[in-house]
Amino acid sequence: MLPDNDLDAAREGAPTFYDEMFERGGACRPQYRAIYERIDQMSAEELHRRQQAADLSFLHQGITFTVYGRDEGTERIFPYDLLPRIITGPEWATVERGLAQRITALNLFLKDIYHEGRILADKVVPAELVYTCRHFRREMRGVRVPRDIYVSVVGTDLVRLEDGRFVVLEDNLRVPSGVSYMLANRQVMKRVFPRLFGNYGVRPIDHYGQALLATLRALAPASRPEPTIVLLTPGVYNSAYFEHAFLARQMGVELVEGRDLLAHDNVVYMRTTAGLRRVDVIYRRLDDDFLDPLAFRPDTSLGVAGLFNAYRAGNVALANAIGTGVADDKALYAYVPAIIRYYLSEDPVLENVETYLLTDDAQRRHVSDNLDKLVVKAVGESGGYGMLIGPHSTADEREEFRRRIEAEPRNYIAQPTLALSQAPCLIEGNVEARHVDLRPYILCGEQITIVPGGLTRVALRRGSLVVNSSQGGGSKDTWVLYE
Amino acid sequence: MLSRVADSLYWMSRYLERAEHTARLVDVGLNLMLDQSPDSAERRWGRLLTSLQAPPQLAGLSDPQRITQAMTFEMENSTSIVACIAAARENLRQVREQISSEMWEQLNRLFIHVKGAKLDDIWHVSTHEFFRSVKEGAHLFQGITDSTMNHGEGWLFIQVGRYIERAGATATLLDVYAAESLDPKAPAAGPGSYLDWVGLLKACTAFEAYCKVYTADLRPERIAEFLLLNAECPRSVRFAADRIQSAFQAISAEAGARKSVRVNRLAGRLRAALGFGQIDEIMEAGLRAYLDDIRGQCAQIHAAIQQTYVAYPVDAALAS
Repeated sequence: MLPDNDLDAAREGAPTFYDEMFERGGACRPQYRAIYERIDQMSAEELHRRQQAADLSFLHQGITFTVYGRDEGTERIFPYDLLPRIITGPEWATVERGLAQRITALNLFLKDIYHEGRILADKVVPAELVYTCRHFRREMRGVRVPRDIYVSVVGTDLVRLEDGRFVVLEDNLRVPSGVSYMLANRQVMKRVFPRLFGNYGVRPIDHYGQALLATLRALAPASRPEPTIVLLTPGVYNSAYFEHAFLARQMGVELVEGRDLLAHDNVVYMRTTAGLRRVDVIYRRLDDDFLDPLAFRPDTSLGVAGLFNAYRAGNVALANAIGTGVADDKALYAYVPAIIRYYLSEDPVLENVETYLLTDDAQRRHVSDNLDKLVVKAVGESGGYGMLIGPHSTADEREEFRRRIEAEPRNYIAQPTLALSQAPCLIEGNVEARHVDLRPYILCGEQITIVPGGLTRVALRRGSLVVNSSQGGGSKDTWVLYE
Repeated sequence: MLSRVADSLYWMSRYLERAEHTARLVDVGLNLMLDQSPDSAERRWGRLLTSLQAPPQLAGLSDPQRITQAMTFEMENSTSIVACIAAARENLRQVREQISSEMWEQLNRLFIHVKGAKLDDIWHVSTHEFFRSVKEGAHLFQGITDSTMNHGEGWLFIQVGRYIERAGATATLLDVYAAESLDPKAPAAGPGSYLDWVGLLKACTAFEAYCKVYTADLRPERIAEFLLLNAECPRSVRFAADRIQSAFQAISAEAGARKSVRVNRLAGRLRAALGFGQIDEIMEAGLRAYLDDIRGQCAQIHAAIQQTYVAYPVDAALAS
């Protein structure tokens, strides 16, 4: 029997955070009640045993990520927390609507800026912001992409504010990762808590692989009714290699490296033992820079020489398209609500986090004066790198960032320090509250598909607000309920 | 199947076979050392180094400890056991999603075992135990492969790699002995040379099998016949050629018959040469020339695999 106060300890924590399990008064939210009771009945050993069973299951399935910079034995499991995070049916309906709206608008935006540029001419988004973005690809001007879909696979980071609203923290429109952990977490959860799970009314997510395949198939050239689809990986040394192999297996497509492919007369082929086989759609898990040494960075052998010309000729489709990074630039992010209003004439369902643009003099002054309360992010970085978290920073660090901002204001944005919601986690046998975010995955092909769920990332260090796996984060299963 | 995957599986298998062969030869060499006269030592170690195609800087060595160290634990020596296992593991690592996880675990375990061992640890205890564990590790991997992996194209490339390597290794080993012992100017047969022949058969785990067929009467031409032409001895060249040919037939059925004509013809020719060869005729015409020819054919098959399945020219593939 777990001492009562252990669970009650999770009730405390700063009152300014939204708690996923407990209401402000300390009562358990209805959707968590069955779990609360179940865990309350379990002994510490029982919980520990199940956590171990889960960890072993990950290890045996080889669900690992690579840690850079060491020679051998560089694979670790991604820390997994046993207690699920629950989202109710109505909450999810809002999230789903908001995500679909956002991705629709962003696809229209990408099409626009790579063709007519209406939104720039109308001065809704400053043209210089787009053209100074490191991820803007001049080469894509005037290139038609299949179905005008630039972004087929999105992972959007959401956080929940004090009042319980979900807001968008970041759009990942290039090569978002982590979906394999979402799927693996669920498999392990079903194994470890079969009855609890079975009685809860959780919506399934296992069809993700199939939905991804359908999304990719929708991009194939019309002349290819039985398209060959491949997943292009940078190779075994990439930290997300497990995910690449996992998704290829889930979809039943070939996992290829750049050296397996070649472009000839604007057609892409893969080398098989039965000869060259034409490739129609490439789900690439490689950044734009590395795709084609003839078109982009010449000093790489990860890509395929001539791929870009084949792409421009319409003989092969890429998911995601080249040049989508311009729309997830952190400075452009501030304009996404305006982009939604411009193309769809609707108000955004999911709001943004308030963002200060440092190219604006007044905003920059405000940020410079309040650095100790704000979070500053480099616009081109991801993975929790290049960040200043004001309240946790030293005066020297703040001075350093102040200098960097003055030198390159376009390279940084600032946001208020967010009160990420917290959820109960199993930490060394005790239940404690930790901050979480949510990354749902959106697929955009013939239609928009959002599997009900996502990756809930956890900042496992007490008080930490950084959930990235490279910075000591873990994850938990995310249950979206029917009701 | 992707050409790169086929190539990795093929090389993985060759490297592992080579590691096992080296382990057996060094083990037998150390065992023979117990019964040797000073002048035979140099000859025996010389034979071992030649037949394993050891790097030239090792030539002329006859210090067993130095040789064991170099051929077992030196990563810089690409013919050493640890280097071969590391190369096999690296190849397998590139195609992990194509094989069973049991296969990966076993090869990884073998690698960790060999990499972690040191000469000092095994020299004064039992070298034999150590080499046996290496051989067993390789055998276990083969058993796991056969019972956990689909016997499809990938598995067939593993077979091809193993038997190409084995055919070449047995032929090379026989050639080294032939060069010396079938030479009319070689020292007359004696108790010393009897041990050498036993060593050769043991290096092919064929001593007991030979005795069952021919009794313990060891005669060079019979030994040559056994290691070359016997259809049942798993380390004979003939046995390997049989397996190579049937694997290629199955591969061309899976991968489509496109241009596999040449590979199949080469494999069939090798098999026929060994299947219908007569040892007296071979001896008369010169065993060494014959072995040279066999090794040449193995090299041709290897080149044809690359040309047909892996590094084929794009123009030719587009034309078909």
